[in-house]
Amino acid sequence: MMQTQIKQMHTPKHFPLLLIGTLVLTVLCILASLAFGSRTVGWNELLDGLFRPAVQSYEADIVRERVIRTIFSFMCGAALGVAGALMQSVTRNPIADPSILGVNTGAALAVVIGIAFFNISTASAFIWFALVGALLTAIFVFGIGSLGRGGATPLKLVLAGAATSAALSSLVMALMIPRSNVMDQFRFWQVGSVGAGNLDSIYTFLPFLLIGLMIAVVTAPSLNALALGEEMAKSLGVRTGTLKLTASFAGVILCGAATALAGPIGFIGLLAPHLIRLVLGPDQRYLMPMSAFAGAIILTFSDVIGRLLGSPGELEVGIVTAFIGAPILILLTMKVKVRGL
Amino acid sequence: MQPAIEQIRQGRMKRRRRYVGMTLLLTIIAVVLSGLMLMLGNTIYPIQDVIRVLLGEDVKGATFAVEVLRLPRMLAGVFAGAAFGAAGTIFQTMLRNPLANPNVIGITTGSSAAAVFCIVVLQSSEAVISIASIIGGLVTVLVIYFLSKGAAFSIGRLVLVGIGIQAMLTAVINYLLLISRQNDVAMAMRWLTGSLNGAKLEELPPLMITVLICLPIVLLLTRQLEMLELGEMAATGLGINTNQTRLLLIVAAVFMLALATATTGPIAFIAFLAGPIAKRLVGTSHAGILPAALVGIILVLAADLVGQFAFTARYPVGVITGIIGAPYLLYLLIRMNQKGDF
Repeated sequence: MMQTQIKQMHTPKHFPLLLIGTLVLTVLCILASLAFGSRTVGWNELLDGLFRPAVQSYEADIVRERVIRTIFSFMCGAALGVAGALMQSVTRNPIADPSILGVNTGAALAVVIGIAFFNISTASAFIWFALVGALLTAIFVFGIGSLGRGGATPLKLVLAGAATSAALSSLVMALMIPRSNVMDQFRFWQVGSVGAGNLDSIYTFLPFLLIGLMIAVVTAPSLNALALGEEMAKSLGVRTGTLKLTASFAGVILCGAATALAGPIGFIGLLAPHLIRLVLGPDQRYLMPMSAFAGAIILTFSDVIGRLLGSPGELEVGIVTAFIGAPILILLTMKVKVRGL
Repeated sequence: MQPAIEQIRQGRMKRRRRYVGMTLLLTIIAVVLSGLMLMLGNTIYPIQDVIRVLLGEDVKGATFAVEVLRLPRMLAGVFAGAAFGAAGTIFQTMLRNPLANPNVIGITTGSSAAAVFCIVVLQSSEAVISIASIIGGLVTVLVIYFLSKGAAFSIGRLVLVGIGIQAMLTAVINYLLLISRQNDVAMAMRWLTGSLNGAKLEELPPLMITVLICLPIVLLLTRQLEMLELGEMAATGLGINTNQTRLLLIVAAVFMLALATATTGPIAFIAFLAGPIAKRLVGTSHAGILPAALVGIILVLAADLVGQFAFTARYPVGVITGIIGAPYLLYLLIRMNQKGDF
């Protein structure tokens, strides 16, 4: 038992198996996302909606609506999963996740400022504001968390994130209370849902997603070196400063963009990389792309669960992921030596 | 030999004087703020009118405003502030870390979640809500304690587990607020950041009775708490039944926290701020539950006055304390990081 586990940690020999599993799961969760909801759609209507544009029926229309939602949730999940993987490897810290580090709240504050003072309402405007907010918050939290001895330990980072998050959300409240229209827009955004995704948001999201994913894949080998420690990475010829900057930038782009469009969805960035690491081990070259799939699958399944549980309405996906993710966080803290790492 | 003893005695006297003096000063400030809470509002009533209303006289106009609107608000602020302040400092002292307070480790969130569940789903009475919030708080404490016990107990793990639990409970609250038909903004504010808006006189007795019972109990236990702060071994050596004392302190603190939360919502950061501020004022030689309770009252009332009157819009008290409290938490973190206290 022990031995096989150790083997799994060191060689991604389960990769082919995982790849097949991932593909099967991807297909399954796409089908589930198309078929289930407040109205369950049968196989025939599903095919009608997808491949026979001539057929006009209520069910077929529902399926076509759900296609967009599914694509959107895949994109968000992938972005969040990779963002988590990047942040974890840059900080060499297993508990890094955009929601825990307060980056989401930073994006939220920026979006509220945008709605309140600049009258923004389009997806593309949301994204730019959210990105700036996420970037500034990330710099701030990492700055505070890595002060002092031992650099950015999990505890320091999480506390810095929680405190920053609390301060920023008070500011969000302070901005919203006198403005009821902002409040209305914001209240539903705040929970985190992929239901609001439309073609416009998909097109806005796409370039950010692609750039972020590309950087993640390109920096993966150097991140492997970084995992051996700063000194070791330097002696292997990695420019650690530039690497950390680039990789965190990609992480922030990914989670900032996803947050701007779907609202703050927590814990995907924590869950996805850890699940993959459990099976494949810590090799970043496999971890990055597979985290994207894992994130997409987890988010989409969470969305389906939310739709089924919340029927006839829906349970927002941000709530579902918090419920799945928080126990994992607790489990991790129980395993990890808090002082160490 | 003799001068040394004299010096120690003088030092002790000095600290004692500082403690008593500061406590008196804090009491005076708290009383003044309570008076202001009654005087200020859309119409400002002079103090004579307020006193006459409180003595039961009927003053035209003032009676309604003071008795129905302002008195419940003031009382809710006073008792919740005292409860948050005292309970916060008990946890901080017992766990010997300012970060280990009910806000950061999610105890108040447990109470909030239970209370919101009762209100939204069960639509239960005040009594049930109070009991549920107590149970919610106690269960949260137990869960956090057992999950963070592990092989070696560490404050770091406690805090991380607490933050995880808090994330889950906040999701519950968010969900409940979304499905509730009465999802008005005031209610959301109350349960997410804490607010004195809409405090009613008939809702206050559970909180008031609990604080009036629990606060004296924990004040009587102040010496024992000071010894607990020295560590398990030292406290046992000094003749303290550590488990019993700790249990009593925790239960009393959670009762106060839970009822304060059920009445006003989790007013952000009071439980976190009151203890350290009180320590800085009265010196570190005392556990200072009473000063912390007074500082809690002052913070809540002052923040509520600021929230009501300093800006064109009216802000609930939790927003103001959040904006004040979070930077302080960051400052504390930075200082602890520099000293390498982790």
